[in-house]
Parts: sequence; structure tokens; C-alpha cells
Amino acid sequence: MLLAADKVRLEFPRAKGGTVVALDDVTFSVEPNEFTVIVGPSGCGKSSLLYLIGGLHEPTAGSIALSGKPVRGPGPDRGMVFQSFTLFPWLTVRENIAFGLRQKSLPQPEISAIVERYIRDVGLTEFADAHPKQLSGGMKQRVALARAMANDPEMLLMDEPFGSLDSQTRMVMQELLLTIWEQQHKTVLFVTHDIDEAILLGDRVIVMTARPGRIKSDIPISLPRPRNPDIVLSQGFLAIKRAILDLLHEEVIRSLALPG
Amino acid sequence: MRLLRPLEPIQRQPALVAGCLIGGTILLAWALATYGGMVRTDFLPEPHKVITAILTYGSDGRLLEAIWVSSRVVLLGFLLSALLSIPIGLFMGSFRLVQAGLEPTINFIRYLPVTSMVPLLILWLGIGIEQKIAVIFIGTFFQQVIMVTDVVARTPKDLVYASYTLGTGRFSAVFRVLLPYALPGICDAMRITMGWAWTYLVVAELVAANSGLGYMSLQAMRGFRVDIIFMAILVIGFLGMISDMSFRLVRRRLLSWAE
Repeated sequence: MLLAADKVRLEFPRAKGGTVVALDDVTFSVEPNEFTVIVGPSGCGKSSLLYLIGGLHEPTAGSIALSGKPVRGPGPDRGMVFQSFTLFPWLTVRENIAFGLRQKSLPQPEISAIVERYIRDVGLTEFADAHPKQLSGGMKQRVALARAMANDPEMLLMDEPFGSLDSQTRMVMQELLLTIWEQQHKTVLFVTHDIDEAILLGDRVIVMTARPGRIKSDIPISLPRPRNPDIVLSQGFLAIKRAILDLLHEEVIRSLALPG
Repeated sequence: MRLLRPLEPIQRQPALVAGCLIGGTILLAWALATYGGMVRTDFLPEPHKVITAILTYGSDGRLLEAIWVSSRVVLLGFLLSALLSIPIGLFMGSFRLVQAGLEPTINFIRYLPVTSMVPLLILWLGIGIEQKIAVIFIGTFFQQVIMVTDVVARTPKDLVYASYTLGTGRFSAVFRVLLPYALPGICDAMRITMGWAWTYLVVAELVAANSGLGYMSLQAMRGFRVDIIFMAILVIGFLGMISDMSFRLVRRRLLSWAE
């Protein structure tokens, strides 16, 4: 067991006083080399959960442990790809990818070798010396992925990384992520609200409830690998999608306070 | 008309023409008013008088001397201010605790008119270079601190978070992320406050000085030499323009990565 979240609870103070419970009693674990996807209606706290695991926020109660050690803050053992573009704009693509490696004070030839490999893997050789402002949204997220992977974290946290991309670009990014993941089976925890994306990528899909976010269901995805995007049309895929859609539909109705 | 659509860019040529047209009109109006005898020339000098003044004062070294004296004071006061305001603003923008501690005091001082402190500064420091540097420092430092603080505090939090997940510590993120991200904004803040530094220089030199462009202007008033006052104003304007252009050049060259 690589990651264990135990009865995690997160409260926010409300501006007018009182508190909002964002997450309640969230318990789950992630095995090494597993690709876990969390889906849930918007506002269910799935991104907050990822920030807690990243050590960027602190839970109100409960505990999170990585390889048995409690998470007390952020660290390079948990790499993260954010939904917003977080490349360092003053650094080139190459320098962005090297950012974490430089701080590990690895020898320069070793840094270069790793950086060049990931630039190739994400197909940005021609843009290696470009600054982020010269890149499209999809390219920026490819660099962000390369930057996180190059640092070789124990676990990769991905917070709707393709959420702000157009649907064609998103498909290409999913394919790229699948290809890279097949090579090294890095442990990934991936948050999304896109059900197709969740089933296409994940070994399992955790479905969360509307606020306060709890775990509603934990569904293994036994579709064969390596997968390619055509799989979304297969019978097996559609059956899983129907099941997850039903689960989520209840929650969306509940979160919008509509008569069910 | 293509030239008058909101927010639409225009070409270089009409931009130049528009700029020259306005500038030319002002010069023309000046020439008409003076040569046409519409105003008394002891109050508004004819253009050629000002040019003559620039040529005489420029050739006998008096103008260069005044420019040197004034520029030195502006640069010293400005650099001293920037040297302190950038690190202090960086820490105020980075850490809410530092901001909470310093901001009330700085905001209080920031709204005191600098001119109200000039008598005190003359008492304390005399009328030499120290007094003038102090006036410029007080006039720019507190504004700079607040501007730098704002720029740094606007850094997206996820950018800092991203650096944490790559192994950057909380303190080193200030120098590895917040400072570089804020540099273009800091450069802009410096460019804007440089203009204010020139304003306060003239204030200081008008009140108490024995050399410099402001002093030259004050002397000219006593001798009823409007041409020299105009010369001083024009020179200060040009110096301001040059410093503004240098800041823009530095920003374009060194900080071209900024959006």
C-alpha cells in the first residue's frame, strides 16, 4: 500500500460564520503502480482531496500517509499536475522540466539526459527553448506532465490536468498519458469530472458524493491494456459508463437540490 | 473608419502622424501666440529664445553641470529607495504576517505630503545633497514598497504550490518563484516611481538648493528669465523620457518572457 487516507475530513470557515464540510470520512488506499481516478460532481471536494494528499492543504481531521509516513506538507515524493497552467513563465521548456532536478543537485549531464528524454516523450523537441507564452494550452500541460515525471516522484497527483483544453486536444493528451504510463506504470491519482476520461485511464474509478464529499463507490476497471481511445465505443466500456453515470446522476441532482 | 474601432490595433504610420500632429499643433499654437503678439513675451517666451538659451547654457557647461547635479541626486535617492523597497516589498507580498506588521505604518506615512516634511528635513540635514536625497527617498520609497508588495502578492498560488511539489522549500520559493515571477511588475513599478522621483527632486531644489535644474529655474524666475525656466522644464521632460525609455528597453530585452 503506497497511499492511505484514513477518515479524512476537511472543513472551511464560511465567510458569514460557521463552517462548510467539504470532505467527510474519506478512507481509501492506493497500491503501487495503480492508476486511480476520482470522479465526482463539481464542488464535491475531489480537488481539495488531491491538495490534501499533496500536503498543500491540511485536513481538519483524519490522516494521510505515504509509504507509512504521515503527510505533513508538500514534497517532491508527490509530483503534481494542476488544472491551471503552472509553468514558470521566465524559464524555457527545458528549464521548466529541469526545475525539480536542479534542486536535487544531480550532476548536470544526468539532468540533461533526463530532461531531453522527457522533452522527446511529450513531443516538444522543437520547442525545447521556447518560453511558456509561446506554447498552446495542450503544450503547456505536456510540459507540466514532463516536469512532474522528470522529478521521478513516488506518486503523481493530477488535478483535472486536461480540464481547460478543448476536446480534441484532450483526447490527444489522454493518449499521450496512456503511452507514457504504459512504459513505467507510475502510481497515479487522477481527478476529473469527465467519466470517459476516468474509465479510459483508470485501473479503478472512485466515485464521490456531492458535498460533503464522501466515497460513494469504488469501481475496478478491468478493461484490457494497453488501451487506446477507441475503447470508449466498446460494450464493456459503455456498461461501466452507464453504471457510473447512474451513480453520478443521483449526486448531481442532489448537489443542485433538484427534485429527484 | 478602421482607425477608430475600440481596442483595435492601428499601423505605425497613422500612430506617428497622430503623435506628430498633436505635438506640432502645440508648438504651432505656442509660436502663433508669441510671434503673433497675443501674449506678453516676458511671461511666455518665443520658441527661438528658448532654443538660444539651450544653446548658450549648453555650450558654456552650465546646463550640463545642472543636469549632472540633478540626475545624480535623483539616481541616488531612487536607487537607495529601490534597494530597500524591493526586498521589503518582496517579503511583505510573500508573507501575510510581514504585510500585516508593516502595512499600517507604511500606509500612514505614504499619505503624508512629502512637501510637509521638507522644513523638517532642512532643519535636520541642511540644504545639501542629503536633504534632496531624503526628499526623493521619502517620496518614492513608501509608494514603491506598496507597489512591489501588490505585484508579489498577485503571484498565482498554484505556481508556488507547483514549486513545492518539485522540492522547493517555503523560504526558497520566495527567491525561486515569487521574485522572478514579479520581476516584470517590479520593473514597471520602478519605471512609474522614477517619474515621481523627478517631481520630488524639483520640489527639493525649489525650496532649498544651490545648484541643479530646479535651482536654475528659481534663479531665472528672480531675473524674470522665462526662457531659462522653459529650458529647465524641457530638459527635465527629456530626462524623464530617457529614463522611461531605458526602463522599457530593459523590460523588453531582459524580461521578454512576460506576457
